[in-house]
Amino acid sequence: MAGIAPLLSLRGLTRRFGGLTAVDHIDLDLGQDELVSIIGPNGAGKTTLFNLVTGLDRPDAGEVRLDGKDITGFSAERLAGHGVARTFQLGRVFGNLSVMDNVLIGAHARLRAVKPAIPLIGPLLELGLALLRPTSVKAEEEQLREEVRAILKRFGDRLLPRIDQPAYSLSYANRRRVEIARALALKPRLLLLDEPTAGMNPTETAEMQALISELKAEGLTILLIEHKLDIVMRLSDRVMVMDEGKKIAEGAGEEVRDDPKVIEAYLGHGLSQGAADERESAA
Amino acid sequence: MSSWLDYTINGLIVGNVYALVAVGLALIFGVSRLINFAQGSIYLVGAYVGWVAVVQLRTPLIITIILVATVAALVGLIIERFGLRPLQNSVRIAPLLATIGISFVLDQIVMLTFSPNPRALPSQLPDIRFQIGTGTIGPLDLLIAGVGITSALLLFVFLRYTKLGWAVRATAQDRDAAMQMGVDVNRVNQAVFGIAAALGGLSGMLVGMYYNQIDTAMSLQATLKGVVAEVVGGAGNVPGAVVGSMLLGLVESYGVAVFGTSYRNLFAFLLLILVLVLRPNGLFASARQAPPEPLTGTFIAPSRPVRVPHWALLTAVGAFALLPLLPVSSYVLQTLINAWLLGMLALSLTLVAGTVGQVSLGHAALLAIGAYTSALLSLRLSFPVGIAIICGGLMSAALGTLLISPSFRLRGHYVSIATLAIGEIVSLVILNWEPVTNGPIGLSGIPPLSLFGYELVSAASVYWFSFAVMVLLALLQARLLGSHLGRSFRAIRDDDVAARAYGLSLNRYKALAFIFGGFAAGVSGGIAAHLYSYINHETFNTQQSILALTVVILGGLGNVAGAILGSVALVGLPEAFRIAAEYRILIYGIVLLLLVRFRPQGLLGTI
Repeated sequence: MAGIAPLLSLRGLTRRFGGLTAVDHIDLDLGQDELVSIIGPNGAGKTTLFNLVTGLDRPDAGEVRLDGKDITGFSAERLAGHGVARTFQLGRVFGNLSVMDNVLIGAHARLRAVKPAIPLIGPLLELGLALLRPTSVKAEEEQLREEVRAILKRFGDRLLPRIDQPAYSLSYANRRRVEIARALALKPRLLLLDEPTAGMNPTETAEMQALISELKAEGLTILLIEHKLDIVMRLSDRVMVMDEGKKIAEGAGEEVRDDPKVIEAYLGHGLSQGAADERESAA
Repeated sequence: MSSWLDYTINGLIVGNVYALVAVGLALIFGVSRLINFAQGSIYLVGAYVGWVAVVQLRTPLIITIILVATVAALVGLIIERFGLRPLQNSVRIAPLLATIGISFVLDQIVMLTFSPNPRALPSQLPDIRFQIGTGTIGPLDLLIAGVGITSALLLFVFLRYTKLGWAVRATAQDRDAAMQMGVDVNRVNQAVFGIAAALGGLSGMLVGMYYNQIDTAMSLQATLKGVVAEVVGGAGNVPGAVVGSMLLGLVESYGVAVFGTSYRNLFAFLLLILVLVLRPNGLFASARQAPPEPLTGTFIAPSRPVRVPHWALLTAVGAFALLPLLPVSSYVLQTLINAWLLGMLALSLTLVAGTVGQVSLGHAALLAIGAYTSALLSLRLSFPVGIAIICGGLMSAALGTLLISPSFRLRGHYVSIATLAIGEIVSLVILNWEPVTNGPIGLSGIPPLSLFGYELVSAASVYWFSFAVMVLLALLQARLLGSHLGRSFRAIRDDDVAARAYGLSLNRYKALAFIFGGFAAGVSGGIAAHLYSYINHETFNTQQSILALTVVILGGLGNVAGAILGSVALVGLPEAFRIAAEYRILIYGIVLLLLVRFRPQGLLGTI
């Protein structure tokens, strides 16, 4: 990345909850087309960091830059317009919406014909256009539907046959896939994946790994939280390790894996799944 | 003239009474993350048990207190066991709706047993006043303070030094962890509901004695005041609830001192809205604490909507359109006109509560705004009735959305509280803004419905008019649901965090839903005003809001055809079975409870 400004740049990013510092002065640069993984024991602050980058939470200190532009404290809905898409650790599909509608929501920030960018009367026009549906609006909707079908094709026959089914009726793995499809519908510049293979069996995990590697090859910039170390080692350009909110190591996969501080963080805290994870996501 | 000290004492005494309600609400919220809308009904039960004891059984004061606390606690235990425990594993909207239904059932039972007329509740205490500085204090004040302080001490000892008390605190901190450690959460819930109900019942009795009057309208007011105090102190925060209650009592007392009695409630609700907007976690929480509701989890039950075929819908519309040509009595037509008016309100509510997930309990306020606007425009400015009704719809859309907008950042139960309060504020403003609304006298001589200069005199013409308007609104709403807005609304309902992450502005889309829904409700209110020719501040009341909510649940949340089917069923069936008017609200409450328990997705399913 020498010479080129990084796509995402974090400086001194900090978030405290009461006495606990969940994210503690994190610096990180993510270059164009790069895939960086964040690993660390449960409760290390990885998801909180994601929330800070995607605007679902505001940092107490530090800054976030996207393509050089200061986006610290931008709301989540605004960041979606800047091309930041994410998936959620525990899976947050819209249960009563069909697979098609779920993924169409991903394209919401890209709606143009039906959502004129005029202050004050823009929303009212949006209501009017939604009811009248002139050809431009219909064409936009049809084009997006085509795009959604193309995105769903990436998942083979996992999602396409279920395109009209409500998301609550899908298997766990399929819901994770819908989340990723939804994120891709945003046409993101930066994609944040929070444990995309959690709860998947080895076959499904391998499929997901192939998909992520495909996305990377297509030039997508990805920040990945993942517990399965073999995936991390295979996919990542660089790895950042967090523990108790702090960055304890950063570098190429093998370097980081053999770092005594990293080993200590893992062995010292253990790798207990569950409670700590939930606490982290609730925060 | 009373002194400031008197107002302060009065404020603290009233605050003490609110505290008894609010502490119960806080305990319940603590262990089950539920705002118990039935708390006011238990308070009502307490007041009437007190009346039976004092006036009919002539029990001594201490026995009266024990009796009231015991009966109220029993009611609380029954509510917990049969109303809420079966819903433990259902979606979050279920217990909310259940407590609303329970509250209506209890209120109606009390009203049917004792009649809605106010009664005197003597305090059994000597009527003397002690001079303290510039103010005075009576034995009843001391009794209230005594009950308040004693309850607080008992509660403190219970929570601090008993095993069950520890279990309550553990459950409040982390329900799942408590369960894993072997805490019997059912027993904790029971204990909490029993205590909350006993305190609420005592509060009702004391208030009855304080004003020497009880009536069935006390219930809703008590729930609202208790909730205000609880939310001001921070939901689930027991000491916070006490402080919030005192604050509320003082604000009201000083407010009355400055502006007069008719504004008393306005201060309470303004305080609530202010706190909800500025510090939704209460005055004592840090502003950026995570909200006390889970970030994940669905609010409404997943379901597959029943697909009603187009030919069936067309046949139904055709049949109802042709109905006046058949030899039917005007009574049938009148009944169905009421169903169509309710249908418009239900369309509005099913969009707001069902499609966007904002369970509004003050929806009748939108009717009132539309009705008053339309009536005033035609009365004072001689607008043609048709235009006036459309203006009524637009005014409801604009004003309703503006009033509700502070609550757009709230979720779940808080939305219901805020809308309930906003509904009360609208009705209080109508009552107090005499130059425009004629205050309590109301508006009479509202011109009858007319279209292009022709008066709609016959029942058939009014029937066709209201039916056509409702069908038109339903078609528009169905079209809206089929657009990108439909999926955006439903996405916000299903998971607002994920919706935001994909660029959906909650303010924008909630506002659009309220604008569209406000228009339908306003039109319904406007038509009603011209149909009734007389309206006042009580024409559109909370009962209508609850009826509309029952219709919406019956039909299926967000379901356009379901809203209309529900309206016909809930207006038509009681007429068909000739059920006396006073029993209807009771039946609506029971229907709501049964639906929540056995068919939460309604007849046609959630969309």
